[in-house]
Amino acid sequence: MPDAYVVNWTAVALAFLVGLGAMAIMLLASILISPRRPSEKKGIAYESGILPTKLNWTQFNVRYYIFGILFLIFDVEAVFLFPWAVIFADSGIPAYVFYEMIIFIAVLLLGVLYAWRKGVLNWR
Amino acid sequence: MLDNTFSEIVFWILATLSISSAILVIYLKSVFRSALMLLLSFVGVAGIFAMINAEFLAIVQVLIYGGGITVLIIFAIMMTQNVNQGNQGNHLQIIALFSTASILSILTYSIIQAQWDILPNDLPDPIVNVFINSPTYIGKLLLNEFVLAFEIAGIVLLAAIVGALSLVRDD
Repeated sequence: MPDAYVVNWTAVALAFLVGLGAMAIMLLASILISPRRPSEKKGIAYESGILPTKLNWTQFNVRYYIFGILFLIFDVEAVFLFPWAVIFADSGIPAYVFYEMIIFIAVLLLGVLYAWRKGVLNWR
Repeated sequence: MLDNTFSEIVFWILATLSISSAILVIYLKSVFRSALMLLLSFVGVAGIFAMINAEFLAIVQVLIYGGGITVLIIFAIMMTQNVNQGNQGNHLQIIALFSTASILSILTYSIIQAQWDILPNDLPDPIVNVFINSPTYIGKLLLNEFVLAFEIAGIVLLAAIVGALSLVRDD
């Protein structure tokens, strides 16, 4: 009997290999299939618009950062969701475990509501 | 666990991946590519965590470091002025050499001195449970015995949201 460890991680490795293979096939297919008639005009960023200037890097608005921070907080929430998702449907787990997670998510939802009311999520 | 030769091959692949991408973080001229290499290094470390049966730690590594920290670093790079100048050097070479050499020597000393086969063969039940299935065991502990700490973690995260919003609100 194969080890549970090996079985579990074989699935992960397969998913990784399939993803890698799909990416390789897509890139290879586009190289093989696509017609190639390069010209200088096609290299321009906007074919019928303003000619691009030399700098290709502009400083982003600081307001984007708030979305980054909000994303990070819900990323941390997802970490707490993982061990809960593994066990909450198991036998022998009391029903209140489900509601504990509901409370946890509700507390974090307050944060989103606060951001919403403050108008941080609106783009000005 | 995996059998020994195969797991050693996987370990060396992951270790080479994470260390070489960590070196590339320093040596690449483009700061953005450095951030992507940092992501690769984090993923390699997550693989090593998964190899030593620390599945939960591997998930946390991918989610927090691979997902969150890298995104924040890339956001910070996008807001940097003069990012075209790239990865610049400075005049702290001697201090940097001294501090890294001392950290390296301390780490090497403690790795050599450490007694690695410290776990006895007849482990008590909780430790065995963590080894077999760490996310399940952590979940059971977190939602039964330490549920107060769990809910307080939610409130701490709420405080983090409010604090972040008050920092960036008006500008």
